[in-house]
Amino acid sequence: MMNAVADTQASSVGYTTADGRDIGEVILDLRNITLRFGGVEAIKDISFDIQEGEIRAIIGPNGAGKSSMLNVISGFYVPQEGEVWFRGKPRPPLKPYQVAQQGIARTFQNIALFEGMSVLDNVMTGRLGKMRRGILAQALWVGPARKEEVHNREAVERIIDFLEIQAIRKTPVSRLPYGLKKRVELARALAAEPNLLLLDEPMAGMNVEEKEDMSRFILDVNDEFGTTIALIEHDMGVVMDLSDRVVVMDYGRKIGDGTPDVVRNDQVVIDAYLGVSHD
Amino acid sequence: MLYREAGDFKTSYSLDNQTFPLKLDRIVFYLTLAVAFLVVPLVINDYWASAILVPFLIYAIAAIGLNILTGYCGQVSLGTGGFMAVGAYACYKLMTAFPDVSILLHIVGAGFVTMVVCTVFGLPSLRIKGFYLAVATLAAQFFLVWLFNKVPWFYNNNASGQISAPERTVFGVPLTGPNTEAWAMYLVCLTFCVASAFIARNLTRGSLGRRWMAIRDMDIAAEIIGVNPLTAKLSAFALSGFFVGISGALFFSVYLGAAEVGESFGIDKSFLVLFMIIIGGLGSIFGCFAGAAFLVVLPVVLKFIGVDILGWAPDLVAHLRLVIVGGLIMFFLIKEPHGLAQLWRVMKEKLRLWPFPH
Amino acid sequence: MPASLLYGVEVLINGLMAGVLYALVALGFVLIYKASGIFNYAQGVMALFAAMTLSGIMEGDIPFSHLINAMFGTQLHSFGWNVPAIAAILLTVVVMALLAWLVQRLVFRHLVGQEPIILFMATIGLAYFLEGIGDLMWGSEIRTLDLALPQGASLAIENATAVLGGDDFYGFFIDKLDVVATMVAAILVAALIAFSQYTKYGRAMRAVADDHQAALSVGISLNFIWVLVWTLAGIVALVAGIMWGAKSGVQFSLSLIALKALPVLMLGGFTSIPGAIVGGLIIGMGEQLFEYTIGGPFLGGATENWFAYMLALVVLIFRPQGLFGERIIERV
Repeated sequence: MMNAVADTQASSVGYTTADGRDIGEVILDLRNITLRFGGVEAIKDISFDIQEGEIRAIIGPNGAGKSSMLNVISGFYVPQEGEVWFRGKPRPPLKPYQVAQQGIARTFQNIALFEGMSVLDNVMTGRLGKMRRGILAQALWVGPARKEEVHNREAVERIIDFLEIQAIRKTPVSRLPYGLKKRVELARALAAEPNLLLLDEPMAGMNVEEKEDMSRFILDVNDEFGTTIALIEHDMGVVMDLSDRVVVMDYGRKIGDGTPDVVRNDQVVIDAYLGVSHD
Repeated sequence: MLYREAGDFKTSYSLDNQTFPLKLDRIVFYLTLAVAFLVVPLVINDYWASAILVPFLIYAIAAIGLNILTGYCGQVSLGTGGFMAVGAYACYKLMTAFPDVSILLHIVGAGFVTMVVCTVFGLPSLRIKGFYLAVATLAAQFFLVWLFNKVPWFYNNNASGQISAPERTVFGVPLTGPNTEAWAMYLVCLTFCVASAFIARNLTRGSLGRRWMAIRDMDIAAEIIGVNPLTAKLSAFALSGFFVGISGALFFSVYLGAAEVGESFGIDKSFLVLFMIIIGGLGSIFGCFAGAAFLVVLPVVLKFIGVDILGWAPDLVAHLRLVIVGGLIMFFLIKEPHGLAQLWRVMKEKLRLWPFPH
Repeated sequence: MPASLLYGVEVLINGLMAGVLYALVALGFVLIYKASGIFNYAQGVMALFAAMTLSGIMEGDIPFSHLINAMFGTQLHSFGWNVPAIAAILLTVVVMALLAWLVQRLVFRHLVGQEPIILFMATIGLAYFLEGIGDLMWGSEIRTLDLALPQGASLAIENATAVLGGDDFYGFFIDKLDVVATMVAAILVAALIAFSQYTKYGRAMRAVADDHQAALSVGISLNFIWVLVWTLAGIVALVAGIMWGAKSGVQFSLSLIALKALPVLMLGGFTSIPGAIVGGLIIGMGEQLFEYTIGGPFLGGATENWFAYMLALVVLIFRPQGLFGERIIERV
């Protein structure tokens, strides 16, 4: 049961991108998702997949249902219809924290950092899924608990180096400017060492230089850690440059899916973005 | 140079993560501990013990408990008085049921009993948030007080309806009952207090503490990045209950000696401990001590000035105290919502850079 | 009808009357919460303070006389006159308005934009402060409030209903004061609704409740509206204080009814005036009925100490938004 709009590369075997990266099998497959709030249908019968190692963009006008889509993937909203397949198996309705434990990390459109904590502590929260020492060991701060803390701290410090935020390590998050907060949020998501990283408008409200920095980080993350990335973005230039495949949404429906070149020339997509005369 | 990081290099992440990163702070801390354990017991008298030091230590433990729940995990509780009562009555039942077991174990046991009760009353926090939860904890407060009043089993069916602590000794030294000496009372409370602070500090700087703070700062985001709200909230309720229970047990057995539930553990206690952590600083272990000290010492000082020096009527001074405490709470919330702990931090920050202003 | 059932009905009616008072206090909460998002814990103490002030003014006491005497060694107590009730009530309203202005000017103006829980804690501080000030102004002994309101059992109702039961039933025992309280509460609610629907300031109040920013942008002074709602809440508190004070004397326990208003609000929702009233009635009847049927006979009595909270707790577990609130949709 495929959507009417053709999936240009809906093969489950993988492909090679223009810049020569090998894209693997389907990691996440959304099948006929429908999400309603009361009487409002936020997402209408949408299907698309995300393949291992690719950068997948979701674009569309405001209110198209993009963020709701990410919320379905992270388990925050449970769709009324449709299935989420993860690594070849249908995923039962999971709580958001269980989804996170499966290796799906994300950032938020309106930054959702923990304002009362330092940058370091915020990034350390990304590692919570990997810290399993019992209360007693933690209470006494004895060997295993301390070792675990130091081990995870090392992993976090690598992320901090990678994203070039060493200088603000101990600064309370509430004192940071917007652009840096976005970067700290990315650091927190990366600290979880996710298989699939969801980025909800990572470049919203940034100036050109900050956008360039962020694009570089996203490409580096994909390149160095092999992380699969799904991102929502409004800046078309950025989307077309970064992503391997693009899903286009409008009013809760999928109106296009394919490589940036295909989507860019799709008449339906152009109509949705530029408007069309009805006569 | 005094009070500088210069020359105090951190060569490992665990050194970087210690409680007192500055050498001078560490020295002051160990000196304070040494004085508290070795010098004070020698010079302490009944007045200092019963008016200031013992209540200060006990309230500090209760404040640590509430601060874990409210300051670190963001769940406001107005049931502290009721949970202290659980600790007190659990301790009383344990003391009278197992007279041969050490009182120290009874106090810890009371902590565990309270832990269970507090966790049960924490269950609604999974569905109820914010104010609604604060009011729901009032159900715990009023229900528990009523329960200890109405069910004679809790006070061993005695006619007065009160509970009173029989004499129990450790190494031949009485810790409860009328023959307890000031230094013994002080030392046992000090030991529990220091141990509580040590444990709470370790928990709050580790992964459990981060879970709590994540829930406090933004519960939805916390859940999406992988914090299980059920275990995070309930563990906060459990540990909070443990400390509050210990403080209740000490308050009854070591400090008061006899207690009537409505009088000793009423809603006033809940508010008193809440005020301590607001004035001291939400989410700070140091703040627990600062807040407890402030609200224990303030009435003593006011009474000293008002009654002893000016010769005013005690009830007049009591009214003034209400005005001053209420006023201070509003003042602190306006000027420094992070409490005395934040003032202290800012002061240390300034001192570190002195004589340069920035 | 058997007598026991009729006595049950009587308990229910009396619970209804108690519920009216809870609803009155809850109404004060709702007014302030709607307009400013402040959950005013001090509402009950405001009722106590208002009743104390009214009683003090009527009896011609000198405010702060104890403090002044202690400071200067004087022997002041009373002006030596009695103020008629109407004038005293008007004066008390002025005092409450002044208090509203002070609270807004000195405290909450500096806390705009703070988290709700901080505001809540500030009102707990305010409650302590007001309680202390009230005691300092008028002394802490129990005061009587003699407004010549009708009191005692209503013989008319008792006689009229005696025929309902057999020989064991003597008719409903209902306090006239409760009847008066119910009527006053009804008038007050009607007046408040009329005020908010048909006057310029009422409309401004509703606009502020809806959206602070939008209200500001059409030229409504937030400060003024906040002082206004605190004043209205003060008047509601005065009415609640008069009723409760006339019933059981002006004393500290009066401020505890504020605590009962909290579960009322949880049931009825923080923003709904009808919710506050219905919630108040449910709690008032529920706790009397529970005490009469289960609490008294089987649990040793005094269950009204906690019944309201437990009821609210149980309801909230199943409906976190309260009985009348809209379903909460959480967003990221």
